[in-house]
Amino acid sequence: MSSPSGYLDGNAAAGELSKIFAIDVTAAQGECGNCGAIRRFAEAHLYMDGPGVVARCSVCEHVLLCLVSARHSVFLDVRGLSWLKFDPAE
Amino acid sequence: MGIVSRGFSGRRTGAEGKLPPGQYVTTDFPVLSAGPTPAISLDRWEFVIDDGARVLRRWDWKSFRALPSETVTVDIHCVTRWSKLGTSWEGVSLDALLADVKTDASHAFFRSYGDYSTNLPLKDVLNGQAWIAFRFDGKDLAPEHGGPSRLLVPHLYFWKSAKWVKRMTLMPQDKPGFWESLGYHIYGDPWREQRYSGDE
Amino acid sequence: MWRVRTVIALHDETATARTITLEVPDWPGHVAGQHVDVRLTAADGYSAVRSYSIASAPGSDGRVQITVERLPDGEVSPYLTQELAIGDRLELRGPIGGWFVWRTQQAEPIQLVAGGSGIVPLMAMIRARVSSGSMAPFRLLYSARDPGVVFYRDELRALSDGERSLMVTYAYTRVVPEDWPHPPGRIDAGLIAEATWPATLAPTCYVCGPTPFVETVADLLTASGNDRDRIRTERFGPTGGRK
Repeated sequence: MSSPSGYLDGNAAAGELSKIFAIDVTAAQGECGNCGAIRRFAEAHLYMDGPGVVARCSVCEHVLLCLVSARHSVFLDVRGLSWLKFDPAE
Repeated sequence: MGIVSRGFSGRRTGAEGKLPPGQYVTTDFPVLSAGPTPAISLDRWEFVIDDGARVLRRWDWKSFRALPSETVTVDIHCVTRWSKLGTSWEGVSLDALLADVKTDASHAFFRSYGDYSTNLPLKDVLNGQAWIAFRFDGKDLAPEHGGPSRLLVPHLYFWKSAKWVKRMTLMPQDKPGFWESLGYHIYGDPWREQRYSGDE
Repeated sequence: MWRVRTVIALHDETATARTITLEVPDWPGHVAGQHVDVRLTAADGYSAVRSYSIASAPGSDGRVQITVERLPDGEVSPYLTQELAIGDRLELRGPIGGWFVWRTQQAEPIQLVAGGSGIVPLMAMIRARVSSGSMAPFRLLYSARDPGVVFYRDELRALSDGERSLMVTYAYTRVVPEDWPHPPGRIDAGLIAEATWPATLAPTCYVCGPTPFVETVADLLTASGNDRDRIRTERFGPTGGRK
């Protein structure tokens, strides 16, 4: 079985992201820096099979966030997100 | 490393021949991507060589496929630790593509359809070390593996073999591409296990 | 982050799927819909990580269950469904996830739509509803290839016969049981209209399964009037770069 669409969603990256974020990221809302779409991170298109985790906007496929677990460090690039809003009470 | 899982060995098979450190042999051909497979129509495909200011060479699919090509058998090594031995590719060598190009550039920056990019020293794509490959294992290169054509540079980690390659920019200095900007090694020699930036 | 857990029970749900019960004495608790990451390590240090939804309801006495389906060319699922034995240990990270969850305080109608093994987190929600005594009205639309691959069938039947009943509709895509009123087929607008809460009730919808299934069903639910904000999705798929 192979996934014809090739992507999962933000839920799949939550474990890796928990290395850095103490709060669950999947429920956070974020604005795509490219097209302005505001969506829950859980809805992002996740490409995880490669050398790192790449989250893309579900509307325009622009890269929102990348995470690479290197030997002793974790690289996080969030420049594709204008903002991420966490609501721990939600 | 945590506990050892009794009886688990994963998908690996025994290694034949020498492998770079930390690699395992696979008989599959994993599809690893940073994004969706771009839909590239051959009518509009092109490969361009520029120097950052001017286009130096441009091929459409017809003129590209009219160039002399080679079939090579190489081992490929992915930074995610799988290696595939004895893979067969057909492609046009970068030597042929750069044949009449005069440049004193030291580096090359490759861009792909989609937003992928990677960087290499120019000398690493010359002298029979790199191809723009359009056939794998005797068949047209499948889109999920980089078709219609991808860069093939087997002596470096396979993230440098950019899928869906479309443009080579000759540069006077190095500039990190997609994964190189995210903590992966700027050069990526599997034999020295240069996976991440900071690895010697 | 990673904790070693011991396997204390194994139960085959179908010919290719198995529920694994793990002992988790200091479990922080979880919410229905959350998942765990499982890490396997070979003797030479090679490791593989996969995510599996928690199948058991919150509060299950120091035990947590996952249901794993064996993928034909999987690397981890054949090990978990065939090799793993009681007494073996797994490394777990979690519970993980805060969006694709159903909390027992939620009182609104709930529409669950499962594609294949996507039933697992939704079953945790159904079990959480039972154990909490929640009165929230639940409907489940469960799409599977054929009757032989349905998980938790007996439990679902018992729950749909009971007092605060759960309405369950099956959709078979390849092979239907004898005397089935519909030919095999995928979920379409007609089935959504027939078997899900009307959008006017403003249900919260949870859709889980392979990516193409989730995309199709989410579009159908939106087209039938549900607000995109009220549709929560979780996409399953093979990981590890297999092809």
